[in-house]
Amino acid sequence: MSVLVVMEQQEGAWHKLSWEALAAGLELGRALGEPVAAAVVGEALDALETELAAQAVERVLSLRHPLLAAYTPDGYTTALEALIRETKAAWVVLPHTYQVRDFAPKLATALDCGLIPDVIGLRVEGGAPVFVRQLFQGKLNADVVFEGPPPYLVSVQAGAFRADQLQPGASPAPVERPAVALESKQIRTRPLERFQEAKRTVDLASAAIIVSVGRGIKGPENLPMMEELARALGAELGASRPVCDSGWLPLERQVGSSGQTVAPKLYLAIGISGAIQHLVGMKGSRTVAAINKDPTAPIFEVADYGIVGDLFEIVPALTAALKSSS
Amino acid sequence: MKIVVCLKQVPAKDSLLRVEAAGGWVRDSELSYEINEPDAFALEEGLRLKEKHGGEVVVACAGPARAAAAIREAMAKGADRGILVEDDAFIRADSFSTARALAAGLGGEAFDLILTGLQSDDLGFAQTGVSLAHLLGLPHATIIMQVEAQEGGLRVKRELEAGWFQHVEMPLPALLTIQSGINKVRYATLMGIKKAKTKELKRLTLAELGVTLAPRQTIRRVYVPQKTKRTELMEGTPKEAAAKLVEKLKFEARVL
Ligand SMILES: Cc1cc2nc3c(=O)[nH]c(=O)nc-3n(C[C@H](O)[C@H](O)[C@H](O)COP(=O)(O)OP(=O)(O)OC[C@H]3O[C@@H](n4cnc5c(N)ncnc54)[C@H](O)[C@@H]3O)c2cc1C
Ligand SMILES: Nc1ncnc2c1ncn2[C@@H]1O[C@H](COP(=O)(O)O)[C@@H](O)[C@H]1O
Repeated sequence: MSVLVVMEQQEGAWHKLSWEALAAGLELGRALGEPVAAAVVGEALDALETELAAQAVERVLSLRHPLLAAYTPDGYTTALEALIRETKAAWVVLPHTYQVRDFAPKLATALDCGLIPDVIGLRVEGGAPVFVRQLFQGKLNADVVFEGPPPYLVSVQAGAFRADQLQPGASPAPVERPAVALESKQIRTRPLERFQEAKRTVDLASAAIIVSVGRGIKGPENLPMMEELARALGAELGASRPVCDSGWLPLERQVGSSGQTVAPKLYLAIGISGAIQHLVGMKGSRTVAAINKDPTAPIFEVADYGIVGDLFEIVPALTAALKSSS
Repeated sequence: MKIVVCLKQVPAKDSLLRVEAAGGWVRDSELSYEINEPDAFALEEGLRLKEKHGGEVVVACAGPARAAAAIREAMAKGADRGILVEDDAFIRADSFSTARALAAGLGGEAFDLILTGLQSDDLGFAQTGVSLAHLLGLPHATIIMQVEAQEGGLRVKRELEAGWFQHVEMPLPALLTIQSGINKVRYATLMGIKKAKTKELKRLTLAELGVTLAPRQTIRRVYVPQKTKRTELMEGTPKEAAAKLVEKLKFEARVL
């Protein structure tokens, strides 16, 4: 009933969420009293293998193949399915990255097993793990359990497990390189170069104050009110995804997992609910203030200060208060 | 192009969610419902591909009887016909079960392209589409922001983390999970709404399909998360609350 953590790397660099998945895997292993192995997938992995072997894992399983150099869902699923079957790993822990979202459901389906995604906590009750995940974009939590025979796949959400508390192992773990059987005809998709869109003209990452607006502002006709507040604060304007999707503000102002990561000294969230994909982009802000009509909105989980109420009344009042106090 | 769009009916975004007494789910009867947000974008993409390349858009849904309203709405926007695998279990079923039911509901009919949303707003598994692709033996790509037909298949733009993208080429038939914001969705016209009433909606039960649900995960309990952070709330009229906030930001947080 061993635990296997599947780490993610991209061109020789770890995805940092991998370490949080490792922390979750080690926590699960401790709770169940089971050994924990770590796997890495790619082609040239020497340096990563050594780094991983220093962790408190039982062994490192390195899946190396020229056809795994570039990520494809077919390649990764084929290689990992074989590894999980051979090692009989019962618990497979992955980081909830975009890449894992792309192949893990396929892997689970190929293995005819369940995948509990985006987990934020775990505990063991009567010998069986119970996983906690969010529903309704963070408004509710759920305790979820697996059914049926192993293996069981779990992916962990960013920020839920403490990578900074990982301790190195007593001695380096052995590195094994199981043979990977993979042919080019098994890979049906062809990934091309990764790229970024045209260069950004606003650099939110260096802004000291950000006024960030969400779907709660209702429409672009209300932007002048928000811009006036931003001016009174000397702030840059940021936005949640739906605001950029609807074209109310350009994409370069989007904060979150698919936008920019910011860490201003003040982040003022207006009419933003606080979904995890938004929070990961602004959690590092020194002070967070939120204006929202819903007192249970998840944004209040990260806000130091809040006003519960109608933003269309509060924002003009705030602008006025700032102008009169300066 | 013969296109399937999988869409799910979910509680409307502004819903006040209240957990039912038994703690297993939210009080369902108190809610109003809408099409899952990314699924509306998937539908729009399907309709645009049909307008460009010809063919048909079929909407597939697994859900309780009320989900028929979501299918009719899609038809009003231009979908040609619908398939509803009807069962109350789909309100909170795992994606393992849902993907199997949808695969069965498509009944072995050959399609060129299947579109789903990238994630449901209620359960948020981000799995059903990819799982369905595997069950049907199709290649897939997720979090798609652009779809172009080209010689021998498709070229799609996949969204990666932190503002990065990647093009992926793939043969047809295939399955794509669509990201919100890929296009601008249309509204239904009065004419469309009228026409929708006469379009074919096939209702199927699990028994008819010979499918028994074998969930691989179950929700034991749903609850309001316990707050770990204490947010200091500014009380009073908007004017008072605003003045207090400015005070706090200036003299306590010292960020102004
Ligand atoms: C793969 C993926 C990537 C994503 N990437 C990002 C990303 O980079 N950035 C991002 O932001 N999102 C991202 N999202 C989307 C994210 O999941 C949420 O859907 C989004 O952040 C919600 O935006 P919102 O808070 O503006 O809207 P909503 O969730 O609709 O919230 C609107 C809020 O406004 C409040 N409100 C409404 N009216 C008023 C009023 N009059 N006064 C006060 N408050 C009011 C409501 O109470 C509500 O809390 C991503 C999703 C996925 C699946
Ligand atoms: N019950 C359902 N009926 C039809 N499509 C669904 C259903 N559940 C999920 N889907 C599709 O799968 C996508 C991902 O859902 P999920 O795996 O629940 O996050 C959704 O955006 C829909 O396109």
